[in-house]
Amino acid sequence: MDFNDTPEEAAFRAEVRSWLEANAPRKQNANESMRGRHSEAELLVMAKKWQAKKAEARYAQITWPKEYGGRGGTPMQQVIYNQEEANFLVAGGFFAIGLGMCIPTLMRYGSEADRQRYVGPALKGDEIWCQLFSEPSAGSDVAGLKTRAERDGDGWVINGQKVWTSGAHYSNFGIIITRTDPNVPKHKGLTMFYLDMKTPGVEVRPIRQVSGESGFNEVFFTDVRIPDSQRLGAVGEGWQVSLTTLMHERLAVGDSPGPDFDELFELTKMLELEDGPAIKNSAVREKLADFYVRGQGLKFTKFRTMTALSRGQVPGPEASIAKVVSASKLQDIASFGMELMEAGGIIQDKDLSPAAGLFQHAYLYAPGLRIAGGTDEILRNIIAERVLGLPGDIRVDKDLPFNQLKAGA
Amino acid sequence: MNFDFSDDQKMMRDSARKFLGDRSSLKVVRQALESDATYDKALWAGIAEMGWLGTAVPEEFGGVGLGHLELCMIAEEMGRALAPVPFASSVYLATEALLMAGSDAQKKAWLPKLVTGAIGTMAVSEGTGSPKISNTHVRVTNGTLNGVKWPVADGADCDLLIVLARGGDDRLSLYLVDARGKGVESEILKTMDPTRSAAKLKFTDAPAELLGVAGQGLELVQAINDHAAVLLAFEQVGGAQASLEMAKEFAMQRVTFGRLIASYQAIKHKLADMYVATELARSNAYYGAWALSTGSSELPVAAAAARISAIDAFHLSSKENLQTHGGMGFTWAGDCHLFYRRAKWLAHVIGTNRFWKERLISQLERKNAA
Repeated sequence: MDFNDTPEEAAFRAEVRSWLEANAPRKQNANESMRGRHSEAELLVMAKKWQAKKAEARYAQITWPKEYGGRGGTPMQQVIYNQEEANFLVAGGFFAIGLGMCIPTLMRYGSEADRQRYVGPALKGDEIWCQLFSEPSAGSDVAGLKTRAERDGDGWVINGQKVWTSGAHYSNFGIIITRTDPNVPKHKGLTMFYLDMKTPGVEVRPIRQVSGESGFNEVFFTDVRIPDSQRLGAVGEGWQVSLTTLMHERLAVGDSPGPDFDELFELTKMLELEDGPAIKNSAVREKLADFYVRGQGLKFTKFRTMTALSRGQVPGPEASIAKVVSASKLQDIASFGMELMEAGGIIQDKDLSPAAGLFQHAYLYAPGLRIAGGTDEILRNIIAERVLGLPGDIRVDKDLPFNQLKAGA
Repeated sequence: MNFDFSDDQKMMRDSARKFLGDRSSLKVVRQALESDATYDKALWAGIAEMGWLGTAVPEEFGGVGLGHLELCMIAEEMGRALAPVPFASSVYLATEALLMAGSDAQKKAWLPKLVTGAIGTMAVSEGTGSPKISNTHVRVTNGTLNGVKWPVADGADCDLLIVLARGGDDRLSLYLVDARGKGVESEILKTMDPTRSAAKLKFTDAPAELLGVAGQGLELVQAINDHAAVLLAFEQVGGAQASLEMAKEFAMQRVTFGRLIASYQAIKHKLADMYVATELARSNAYYGAWALSTGSSELPVAAAAARISAIDAFHLSSKENLQTHGGMGFTWAGDCHLFYRRAKWLAHVIGTNRFWKERLISQLERKNAA
């Protein structure tokens, strides 16, 4: 038992590190980030430049086959690259959904011409993709979606609304799941397409979140016409196609960035309570211990997953617990950090608030992490059903035609 | 990254599971619950024959000469099986204490006996409360020990006692006492887990021999407990896992309102939470195992995190397993309370969660200041 790289992994790490040293500035401290000091538009320009460099050096998607610009590498090599890149001050985050979910779906279900046309520009960061799945009345139960696609000659006409679409406002393309047959049960009447976000009839409106920011959008479709060549998979097979996309989502989502034990520990050393420094208060110390243990448990669970990857094995089911633990933990740490500030905790001000308002900000965005990419409740169902082997829920709508359901009416 | 046990170590775990499945079934555990016997002597003899008592003891003292990682694998299975034997007292505490602080003569005198089935334990507490100078009254004068210790796990059955006591200089030290020698009287106490026993020990001029450095008693107890915390964490993870499996098995056959209770989200989410707590505890225990097996300076922090996490996981899993069983879970005839009782026993033996949380944070403060 040790934490060391294998000789091959160590060699790859050294190669990655020297490439990064030559191409990007090192972070001064672990929490340094581009966000907060640049506008989204500025970040996008920097991120595209960095993505192009990575693609040229074949670090953009390490596990992809060489013919698509990857290097045919292992998942462990991707983990090593990510670990090393985290030490450098670079812009990113815009391409994760496209490269992690949309393009893999296109690679599997699109035509050869599609692959030739779209994979390269997405990899280089020239084109960004978004995922148009959730709707106002179809979130966790996404198969209950209502956006219609109807045949029109040799093409299709799309009408309806999507919601929670991350990055739709800067995306060039999207993959969209639609209802093509309301007369059959809900999972059977769906079809997947891709489209240009500039197609006439597509309108993107940002959603203002609890935190005041806008990362998500509503997207409206009014008589949007697309050719049948933009269909991904067979008509009526959209649900199967979406599972490919969502499988990639589950692998991508896990961490909840924000204040963690170290930041809270520093805060308790700074703040005074009625009986002295917060760090000396036994109630505070007990809370700190709880957060530390949860965080370490997650860290070492991740190490177990990496060990499986390093050995060329499929990670065990323990990998599924990350988000359900980390999102709640973030929310609790944010709330507790504010509690220690007493009345001052209600102020959210970069200059006045301790840690530049880190805890207040996290308190307001943490609820989103407990919902996005699978709610806490859905994730517990997944653990119960896929890991523990408990039966699925009784689904009263499973065999009824969609247009006879309450949701479909 | 190689943060896992080796195939050989996992094979040891599998063979331990098989052995204990045969020899320490819940039927055997229940016999310990319902009889007056303080432990299962046949099982103890079998375990000694398997060589497990000397897993981490060097061959020169009669041990097998493997390491703590192998011992962790056995510990997990001891916890899963709720084995009603003094394994923790004798192996994680007394044997570890001798290995850590014993002189060569003391090791030669006691380790060969302990690895073949003699029972050792530690006598630290004198009633309720955390052991410290002001509540430690047992005293050694001119090489003899006087006073009363309770509770002492496996105190009525042991051959060797390691006692925390005041020395002539009024400082706390550890002493070896031959429990079968003169001046040691034991009284069996009623415990809340009758599958594990504890006693009150009265010492009257019992011969005592210093173990380790004089005046370092509390520090030594803590260092020994750091070792035991990791090993106990594996027992607790094993017990938590067994509780989860038992809850699942019941939920998969119990029908209410026309469906399996395992199909209700209230039950599914409960079991998912038990799974999450157990995996977090397992990961923390792995790190403890790494720190213990490599002699890392991280051990105090790693052991505390492993212990806190494992106490929480076994507590949650054992109480929610009982809850999942409904009324059946609350019967004496049902097995849920065997786990519920053991979870509490293990949570108390070397300091409770509250104590270890304080220790964790003070160790982190120290590390942070360094």
